[in-house]
Amino acid sequence: MADVFVVADNIVSPLGVTTVDNFRQLTNLASGVQLHDDKALAPEPVYASLFGKHTTFTTDDAAYTKFEALLIASINDALQQVAISPTDKKTLLIISSTKGNIGLLETETLTDELKQRISLQSSANMVAAHFGFVNTPLIVSNACISGLLAIITGARLIQAGVYENVVVAGADVISRFIMSGFQSFQAISAEPCKPFDENRVGITLGEGAGTVVLSAKKISDTNIKVAGGATGNDANHISGPSRTGEELSYVIRQAMQEAGVSATEIDFISAHGTATIYNDEMEAKAIALAGLAHAPVNSLKGNYGHTLGAAGLIESIITMQSMKAGVVLPTPGFEQLGVSAKINVAKELQEKTLTHCLKTASGFGGCNGAIVFSKI
Amino acid sequence: MSIDKKIIASCIIADNTIVKNGVQVVREDTNQGVQQPRRVSSRDGMELVRDSTNQDVQSFLLSAYQQLQLNYPKFYKMDHISKLGWLAAEVLLKEEQLQDVRAEDMAIVLQNAHASLDTDVKYYETVSDIASPALFVYTLPNIVIGEISIRHKFKGENAFFVANTFDATLTAQYVGSLLDRKSATHCICGWVDVLDESYKAVLFLVANSDKGIAFTADNMRTIFNGEN
Repeated sequence: MADVFVVADNIVSPLGVTTVDNFRQLTNLASGVQLHDDKALAPEPVYASLFGKHTTFTTDDAAYTKFEALLIASINDALQQVAISPTDKKTLLIISSTKGNIGLLETETLTDELKQRISLQSSANMVAAHFGFVNTPLIVSNACISGLLAIITGARLIQAGVYENVVVAGADVISRFIMSGFQSFQAISAEPCKPFDENRVGITLGEGAGTVVLSAKKISDTNIKVAGGATGNDANHISGPSRTGEELSYVIRQAMQEAGVSATEIDFISAHGTATIYNDEMEAKAIALAGLAHAPVNSLKGNYGHTLGAAGLIESIITMQSMKAGVVLPTPGFEQLGVSAKINVAKELQEKTLTHCLKTASGFGGCNGAIVFSKI
Repeated sequence: MSIDKKIIASCIIADNTIVKNGVQVVREDTNQGVQQPRRVSSRDGMELVRDSTNQDVQSFLLSAYQQLQLNYPKFYKMDHISKLGWLAAEVLLKEEQLQDVRAEDMAIVLQNAHASLDTDVKYYETVSDIASPALFVYTLPNIVIGEISIRHKFKGENAFFVANTFDATLTAQYVGSLLDRKSATHCICGWVDVLDESYKAVLFLVANSDKGIAFTADNMRTIFNGEN
């Protein structure tokens, strides 16, 4: 399969507005997670990684919702790093989000016009118009694997010869809609989340955006490619993961096979690690089943919270930064292994040469996704 | 006929009618009772359900489920999008010989225009009182893929895209690439959209086969628009 290079990227999060800022913050063990006492968000104070109320993202924020402004800020920074043209017919914009502008339901009167405004197409088209993309943007909305699926989709369309460059951007914003939903599931941790830990009790939510620019050509000094990717379904339960981890394990093996990499060659795993009892247990089993118990694993949910449709992008970008820097970042919140499979959860920052790395994600609807990133 | 990518079955649910492979399979009419299946196109197929009364989406979906004599208690707790997509998949796959297809080789790639907004609005109405986890879980468009996967034990590739209208070109490109790169041998693809009282589902079963019609964007558009 033809190579797909990751030629530029950006993260906009409460920790910083560029990839470099974000990675520096993570190597300093920083976290965006704080206690928020905001009645508009939740009746009781809740931990989350959120932007300040008055944060601005673009010079033209008034024209856009927060969701759109975040996407624009992230894409803008990524596009400044490479010479690709949005007006080229061979360039596609992919937008990844789970809930987009759903927060408008909380502040606006429900009309047909509002329903139109909430649609992901409205946002995607405004963002595309901002940069002058000529192709209609492709929108991926596939629960918590959206970010990974968007990268995989972009890579596949490049390999199929449909596009030369694909700008993949994802974002989600946390409002009462999303917070109340996870609370209704008793899924929100009362403390900052503890991925893979024996005392983990649930997730911490977060907001942010991430962008990667994929290209058929090595048009920057990048040394990283999307080597393989796959998705799949547990076919078990719409809100609970597989009991065995076999399905995620299969998806991981498919991604490794496509990358031409054996399990022993995987140097590091950036896990989904939401810190729910069932996700982390399933994921640990899947990692062990795939023959990857040897590889250091981390979860960045303690740094960023669960950023939903942005998570796959943000965490992939940090993985690539880790590869460039030769560093495995720790898992904030993790102390004692609390999953049945004996996987190698990174507790402290380690220096390590990383050549082939795996990123995984799983979500509601039983979906799983995996990507192998390799150095060229 | 050579073996290459073909549409080996299709199902359309729209306008209170269910059509398989171009022919009505259910037709319901309160004035005349359930009618015999009738041919609605030159291609082989059947209209399964037709209901000419002005009943709402909820009643139609339930009526179709009953007329098709299906027995799947989980159906009742699904939201409208999942009910619609699940029903379309039942009709699409009925009598298709898929026993030899590995669970991991059946991909599902769907699109719609309104994501899960139909259920999002209903969920948000519960938030001021007691937020409903049973509704919240359906506030993602890909849940319908999960419901179809659970029913048929399909574990292959998943994707849910959102677009104003059915993007046949993207479907041909993306699903075509899944089959070409052997990420799947079969794929259920198409459109499952509900918002308020408007709905439409069009599913295609695609595989490398010597039967069926060529898997092209034009052929999908023709079927989608009911022009075959």
